[in-house]
Amino acid sequence: MKKTPTIALLGNPNSGKSSLFNQLTGLRQKVGNFPSVTVERKSGTFALDHSQTATVIDFPGLYSLYPKALDERVVIDVLSNPQHEDYPDAVIIVADASNLKRNLLLFTQVADLGLPVVLALNMLDVAEDKNLKINAVKLAMKLGVPVVRINARVGEGMDNLKKAIQETLTVNTGFQKYYFDPAEQFPELIGEVKQQYSLRNNYLALHYVQQHDIFSFVSPEKRAALDGLIQKHDFREHGFQAAETMHRYALIDGLVKDSVTTSNFIPKPLWTRRLDDILLHSFWGYAVFLMVMLVIFQSVFSLASYPMDWIDGGIAWLNDGLKSLLPESTLTSLLTDGLVAGIGGVVVFIPQIAFLFLLVAMLEESGYMSRVMVIMDRLMRKVGLNGKSVVPLISGVACAVPAIMSARSIGNRKERLLTILVTPLMSCSARLPIFTILIALVVPATPILGFFTLQGLTLLGLYLLGTVSALLSAWALRGFVPNTEKGYFVMEMPTYKAPRWNHVGIAVWESVRSFVVEAGKIIVAISIILWVLASYGPADSMERAEAQVRQAQPTLSGVDLDNAVAAQKLENSYAGHFGKFIEPAIAPLGYDWKIGIALLTSFAAREVFVGTVSTIYSLGAEVDEDNATLKDRLRAEINPRTGQPTYNLATSFSLLIFYVFAMMCMSTIATVYRETHGWKWPAVQFVYMTGLAYLLAFLTYQVLK
Amino acid sequence: MKTIANLKIGESAYIKAFLQPDLSLKLLEMGCLPGEEVTLDFVAPLGDPIGIQVNGYCLAMRREEAATVEVI
Repeated sequence: MKKTPTIALLGNPNSGKSSLFNQLTGLRQKVGNFPSVTVERKSGTFALDHSQTATVIDFPGLYSLYPKALDERVVIDVLSNPQHEDYPDAVIIVADASNLKRNLLLFTQVADLGLPVVLALNMLDVAEDKNLKINAVKLAMKLGVPVVRINARVGEGMDNLKKAIQETLTVNTGFQKYYFDPAEQFPELIGEVKQQYSLRNNYLALHYVQQHDIFSFVSPEKRAALDGLIQKHDFREHGFQAAETMHRYALIDGLVKDSVTTSNFIPKPLWTRRLDDILLHSFWGYAVFLMVMLVIFQSVFSLASYPMDWIDGGIAWLNDGLKSLLPESTLTSLLTDGLVAGIGGVVVFIPQIAFLFLLVAMLEESGYMSRVMVIMDRLMRKVGLNGKSVVPLISGVACAVPAIMSARSIGNRKERLLTILVTPLMSCSARLPIFTILIALVVPATPILGFFTLQGLTLLGLYLLGTVSALLSAWALRGFVPNTEKGYFVMEMPTYKAPRWNHVGIAVWESVRSFVVEAGKIIVAISIILWVLASYGPADSMERAEAQVRQAQPTLSGVDLDNAVAAQKLENSYAGHFGKFIEPAIAPLGYDWKIGIALLTSFAAREVFVGTVSTIYSLGAEVDEDNATLKDRLRAEINPRTGQPTYNLATSFSLLIFYVFAMMCMSTIATVYRETHGWKWPAVQFVYMTGLAYLLAFLTYQVLK
Repeated sequence: MKTIANLKIGESAYIKAFLQPDLSLKLLEMGCLPGEEVTLDFVAPLGDPIGIQVNGYCLAMRREEAATVEVI
């Protein structure tokens, strides 16, 4: 046995595969990509016993080895290639016991590839609700592999599962017999393929024939050679695949006959039926959906504000403490105004992001998301999207990058591309910091109807604006997107389940961790660069700042003088010159050069805006204990030309509108490039979104000022 | 010709044939096999998509997709 064996986790969607993965690995998870494809690869380690650890890889859920969605392709690509670094030593097939026949289809296919398999029977409680009794011992005898009863949600059966894996790894009984042997019908074809590619397995040879076009490890010449073989032997790919599936199902019928018994089969458990009556109802279905969305946004805004205030206060306290403890120097300024201010800008939004991810994860876990797809499909199709676009759109509220990647589940190319193009209009969590601060500045917290506040409703309004714009843009763009492939909506409706806190917790932890690490890196780097640009200027302009102030306002002294000098220095710095340069272009939107600096830096990533303004204003303004938090600093900021607060209603709303629409995220652009294989669509997206942003922010400012 | 799209809620029928080859591969894998009994489970609020009971579970599909499955 290898030092650390690799175990692949395979199963149908909704079979509890991810729950099992979480049970096995806990927080020892790594999220990355499969080599050379952008499919999320979750792996982790777990102890098989005291001395032996194993690596487990969670593959995308799928119904058969013939992929129907893009993400599923990676499974057959890895399983057909023993040289692949993720090629498993053993496979755990997770099966939904309440739906055994359909789950066994994948099992028989994987077993036919000659891989050592353990069958994990999950969701036996749902099977019981359907009045199904499953005899695991009889099933194991019929299938000739270990069958383990588990409850992945609570972690039952893990020890037995590990024991079964260990046995499978050590006592390899060797390949027994094919459930489906393609060589029975096409002996010459299969024989020739096996010989030419030095394969030992008939079923693997069949996949070379059927799926070589998606094999990353087969060269174009070899693909052409396989096409030649198909012609020579008059092999009908389509008909043969259909025959294979029917053959397997017929066989499975016989296999499960003795091991699955039922007295009074109920196809839909009582609770699922009752909930569906409400959640798919023509009135209550939409009413509940709207309520769910409303509660999500309200709780994100109001509940998260408490921990956010603590963090905000804590950062200000830390900054003041450091400034009074450390001697006044360039290094201290870099540490406090640059680094701590930048990190604070990231950390403070963890509560909101965690809340959002928590609620989205709960909707997915509970099975409610599938119902939302069904009730939204007809409406989404009116604008050129798909019911399944709901998941990317809702996830887009957290982050557009995973959201755009989740659009792969949409089979139809046109609907998928449209979804990708409009998803970044959904207000992501990176915009939330900007929204939160600007709303808190200009909108009073007046309570409305008890539960809601004017601030919460404004935030909801911005999210609705983003959503409506996404739908309208899809409608407007649908004529420009070619439709080349046919896709399906066909989708399993899972039974409802109460979300498990530990699984939701892991999902939230992973999302928050990656936000802090990935976004944090950019934000801290830009904060430091910005501090440099704002602290130094061309030639001796910084030194001249003090003289300029003394000359212009000779009566100033003490703190007032220091502040005026600091402001003059910022204006004379590189950053100041930069902001002044673009000021004419943004003045019609109501922005000054300081906001200009923030706008430019946030083209890398929106969340940088908050870090930038906190760096700019902590350098350029007075800092005493009364206005130490960012919100207070912004409120105190005065436009020297008008004598009014810079962040008045018109400018703040113009900024809000700009950030709703503008395409300002490098990671999203890179993701769209990868997903659409070219620069055309990211370019289209950037131009239409940023154009809309400028135009609508301009209108907003001109109307409100 | 009768298809799944013609069923009324609660009405059952048996799958006879598939009219669209590509879609049939997906439906077969999902357990919609010739001779299998299907029951119309729900119709979404705006009349589309629909949900059927097949092979012991609930499967949603668009009406145009359901119209490619002939039943008796």
